[in-house]
Amino acid sequence: MSTTIESRDVRGTTPAAPGSAGVVKSKGSGRGPRERFLPQVASMLVMGVFTLYFLIPIWWLFVASTKSGSDFLGTNPLWFADFALFDNIAALFAYRDGVYLTWMLNSLLYAGLGALVATLLAAMCGYALAKYRFPGREAIFNVVLGGVLVPATALALPLFLLFSRVQLTDTFWAVFLPSIVSPFGVYLARVFTEASVPDELLEASRLDGAGEVRTFFTVSIRLMFPALVTVFLFQFVAIWNNFFLPLIMLRSEELFPVTFGLYAWNSSINQLPELRGFVLIGALLSIIPLIITFLLLQRYWRTGLGTGALK
Amino acid sequence: MTAPVSTPASRTAVHAPPIEGRPKRRRIQHPAAIATFVAPFGILFLLFYLVPIGVAIYQSLLVVEREGTFGEATQVFGGLSQYALVFQNGPFWQSVGRVLLFGIVQVPVMLGLALLFALLLDSPLLRGKKFFRLAFFVPYAVPGVIAAIMWGFLFSPNLSPFQGITRHVDFLSADLVLWSIANVVTWVFVGYNMLIIYSSLLAIPSEIYEAARLDGAGQARIAWSIKIPLVRPALILTAIFSIIGTLQLLAEPQVFRSFSSAVTSSFTPNMTIYATSAIPNVNLAAALSVVLALATFVLSFTFLRFTRRKAES
Repeated sequence: MSTTIESRDVRGTTPAAPGSAGVVKSKGSGRGPRERFLPQVASMLVMGVFTLYFLIPIWWLFVASTKSGSDFLGTNPLWFADFALFDNIAALFAYRDGVYLTWMLNSLLYAGLGALVATLLAAMCGYALAKYRFPGREAIFNVVLGGVLVPATALALPLFLLFSRVQLTDTFWAVFLPSIVSPFGVYLARVFTEASVPDELLEASRLDGAGEVRTFFTVSIRLMFPALVTVFLFQFVAIWNNFFLPLIMLRSEELFPVTFGLYAWNSSINQLPELRGFVLIGALLSIIPLIITFLLLQRYWRTGLGTGALK
Repeated sequence: MTAPVSTPASRTAVHAPPIEGRPKRRRIQHPAAIATFVAPFGILFLLFYLVPIGVAIYQSLLVVEREGTFGEATQVFGGLSQYALVFQNGPFWQSVGRVLLFGIVQVPVMLGLALLFALLLDSPLLRGKKFFRLAFFVPYAVPGVIAAIMWGFLFSPNLSPFQGITRHVDFLSADLVLWSIANVVTWVFVGYNMLIIYSSLLAIPSEIYEAARLDGAGQARIAWSIKIPLVRPALILTAIFSIIGTLQLLAEPQVFRSFSSAVTSSFTPNMTIYATSAIPNVNLAAALSVVLALATFVLSFTFLRFTRRKAES
């Protein structure tokens, strides 16, 4: 990657006026342009090298997915040969009666629907913790905070033990139900609500005769929106990435989320070599929903992260 | 619907604003609403966070007894005998040592890089910030399993696009495979941690820099003396979650099992737990689980204490 630096670039070196945004806009006084040049080049170089490190694997995945099986080993791995992407996708969707599409749908249900429900439940609870006083409020909050520190992997085996007692392992609910509980969501919702939902507004709504639940859904939720999007995104990613839970709960192929399905295929490549191509193209396609979700919601996510998580 | 005009006097008569420390002699207001809001999450949290923990602890106290080799198996109370087995379990403690070694190296390297990138993003030295922010974050959108599959291919001697390197250096050998896995974890999470630290940097008011610049401090000096101390909380936060994540390592090494025979079924503590539960020996697995959870908690707590003590000194 080429870096073009003008050593005398004046952009970005105007002295920062008091009260401007937190980005430093001027350099120390008394430094000549040549002294500025080297650090700038060095920084761009460092960032440039790491950009390659972060993006080349994904680029390689994309290129590999466009190649037919025979081209895969023979041709330059970082550039295209015959562009067979759509043929590969079609073959992937057709393989084993479209089990891959079932997996994608499962992931969307587990993660999409799951995160939606999780966000709603967490929002309600965090809201109540912020806006109402009742005995045991802080105790509940502290227990929930403890839950934030419990990683999903630590719960997988205990959940398996619980679900086997009621014979609900290897079902949709085995993965879905644990996914709709988001203690972090409650934390973020409470913090954000305390900061952004004024009591006066709730008062006014009460005086108008609206019930508490109605007020929540018509008034408060709108104010909480950036935090809700953050919670949704966080939970969506957490569920999508969750590996131990499907690993320990699921046996039936048609219940697998797409990440776990690809893992299962990848583990069988020795027995079934044709899976190699499917794993690669499947992996590429499976990244797309996440990237789209991030791109669509990034505006809210950044606001939410700044407000809530770092306090 | 006409909104009644509420004067300050009438407002206070209806609902006095709660003040911290006021004795709670009043009845709880809006009890039904509170219940409606809290119960759904509360019940599910109870069922899927607290009860499983209880079940795991309970199961860890049981022992399977058989009447003869082929007799019926019953689970009876066994006290702490499972825990005795845990402490004798060589592979488990080897796996613990392995992830600790992993963590001591990988976490500082990853957070060091994240800090460096965040500082560069925050400095006037860099152009194209939006691009770098996005590019560095993209790996986080790749699930750990998929990233591990990808890098498994990239590291393999024959399938890799970088055969020039992988033919000479066996990244999947017993010596290097742990660090290859470390590379996957770093690749996925550096951008994410960078953004957390960067958000923290953005919150620093610019007046602080004014004074430093008037004193003639350069960028590096400002970074070292001002920025880094001020993002300490963000660094501690990312460190804690990285430490917890390291001890919980499962997905990436499990994927690497199909690429490298050097990754055993008890390579990391969670893999040992999973392998034990698959035997099936659920009681021992439960005990291992409890021990790992306690160890994680103790480690995080100790780290927090350590950083707090350093801050006070």
